[in-house]
Amino acid sequence: MAALRLWRWRCRALLSRPAGALRARRGLAAGPEMHFGFQTVTEEERREKIYQVFENVAKKYDVMNDSMTLGIHRVWKDILVHKMNPCPGTLLLDVAGGTGDIAFRFINYVRSVRQRQLQRKLRHHQNLSWQEIFESYQNDKFNNSLGDSQVVVCDINREMLKVGKQKAQHLGYSEGLSWVLGNAEELPFDDDKFDVYTIAFGIRNVTRIDLALQEAYRVLKPGGRFLCLEFSHVSNPLVSRLYDLYSFQVIPVLGEVIAGDWRSYQYLVESIRQFPPQEELKAMIEDAGFFKVDYENLNFGIVAIHSGFKL
Amino acid sequence: MRRQLLRAARAGVPLLLRGSPVHPGRARPSHSEPRGRDGRGQEEEEEEEEMGGWQQLYPGHIPTSPLQKALLAAGSAVMALCDPYRHDMVAVLGETTGCLALPNLRDKMKNHPEGYRILQERPRIRLSTLDMARLQGLPEGSLGREYVRFLEDNKVSPDTRMPPKFVDDEELAYVIQRYREVHDLMHTLLGMPTNMLGEVVVKWFEAIQTGLPMCVLGAAFGPARLSSRKLQVLATELVPWAIRSGLNSSCVLNVYYEQRWEQPVESLRAELGILPPPAVRV
Repeated sequence: MAALRLWRWRCRALLSRPAGALRARRGLAAGPEMHFGFQTVTEEERREKIYQVFENVAKKYDVMNDSMTLGIHRVWKDILVHKMNPCPGTLLLDVAGGTGDIAFRFINYVRSVRQRQLQRKLRHHQNLSWQEIFESYQNDKFNNSLGDSQVVVCDINREMLKVGKQKAQHLGYSEGLSWVLGNAEELPFDDDKFDVYTIAFGIRNVTRIDLALQEAYRVLKPGGRFLCLEFSHVSNPLVSRLYDLYSFQVIPVLGEVIAGDWRSYQYLVESIRQFPPQEELKAMIEDAGFFKVDYENLNFGIVAIHSGFKL
Repeated sequence: MRRQLLRAARAGVPLLLRGSPVHPGRARPSHSEPRGRDGRGQEEEEEEEEMGGWQQLYPGHIPTSPLQKALLAAGSAVMALCDPYRHDMVAVLGETTGCLALPNLRDKMKNHPEGYRILQERPRIRLSTLDMARLQGLPEGSLGREYVRFLEDNKVSPDTRMPPKFVDDEELAYVIQRYREVHDLMHTLLGMPTNMLGEVVVKWFEAIQTGLPMCVLGAAFGPARLSSRKLQVLATELVPWAIRSGLNSSCVLNVYYEQRWEQPVESLRAELGILPPPAVRV
């Protein structure tokens, strides 16, 4: 019963926020005030606090993701990459990519597509003599298992990148992967460079979402795709109740027990509630100049994938 | 509200005015300024819950619902067993399960003149408050000298005790903090080192003395990781002695240790009622 009271008054607290906070939620600079979970802080404070949160959780980030979502986050990320459907030769920018989950899935996907391509090619070559086949190795880039695809993982947090690099080494990913320290609001890349831009569970932590979207537009090539995987708004009332109960009662406890850090995970669940819902985010993406903006709800809207094209 | 502003001002944090006013709720904010809190106090000032009844009662306090406490107790118990190096989990287990034992302990302290003084003055045992040089200079066999020797031999420091987070009463939070800080003195009084065997013996003693479920669980499950030879020593000599001492002795939290550094350990043991330790190598 106490738990129901808790989520009900959290929701009331959310609804009773003044209009200024609503503007802040849209990521526009409504004066110096911004939200950090359910607290009100300045922009600078927010950036610093978020940096500290991820610095603290970096080492246990993957373990916590698995325990909080019971492993379902892997399915979500798989769906994102399947939706992307990259072909060999794609240049991907994964922003807030931290521990490299999307990057590794991208590499796996492209590798398997490339495998299939090569197999098809081999079948066509079956009438050639083995010497001619050997010569063709010198000309074609058969050794290129990725087919010139590349992924740049960009993150603002050094600790997260460190964990990502270690993971890459441990899992054996070496080629086609680059790690760059950068801010989503001000990317260190030139215009019209990337084929796909993804940001998975990162845009919620960006202080100025509009700037991040503008930067995404800038660095994408014409015809490039923007993909955003993020926690979103659940409209189904029953699922919403259960989700709130789980979020506020269980997740901080998991944070304390597994990572020894209650507050970071309290921030996590609060920041999810503060993030704009699906339609609002869609409007913001359209404002940044993207076309054919659409979203797909996963798991009743617990997570949503937004997609847009730069034309 | 004014207290909030004062605290924030003292912490040097710009407090932005929030929408809804602070509800008085069930909160009983601390009257005495907590001493010796480290730099984290500043961050905690900002993260005060402002909505009805769920106030932060002391720096580091995290208000939790009964469901959360139950989950924490279960989770921390499992984690403490799986990974014995997670001392923070042992601490959390103590806090979440101590809701019956802590008020008992506090009342025992209140009803004793020295314990009452401790509750009023709230002394803290930390490296910053201890005069290590003076304690080292005390005669052999005195409490201060033996305590310092214990800290050096076992390479421990009184500053590694976790501050309480989940106790929903400010005075009880102090009681559990005092219990944690006095733990090393328990080792000194009982003459037990910080290896697994010594810790289990101290846990048995503390379980009898304080009744904290965490101590009981630690005493019951701690021996699981001991060799059979040590288990035998434990079962035949050490545990019976610890139990007898625990039952015989007056409450160890009612001793103002900071004022008794010069007192010989033997005399303090006799005063409390702790029986002489058995002649076994721990």
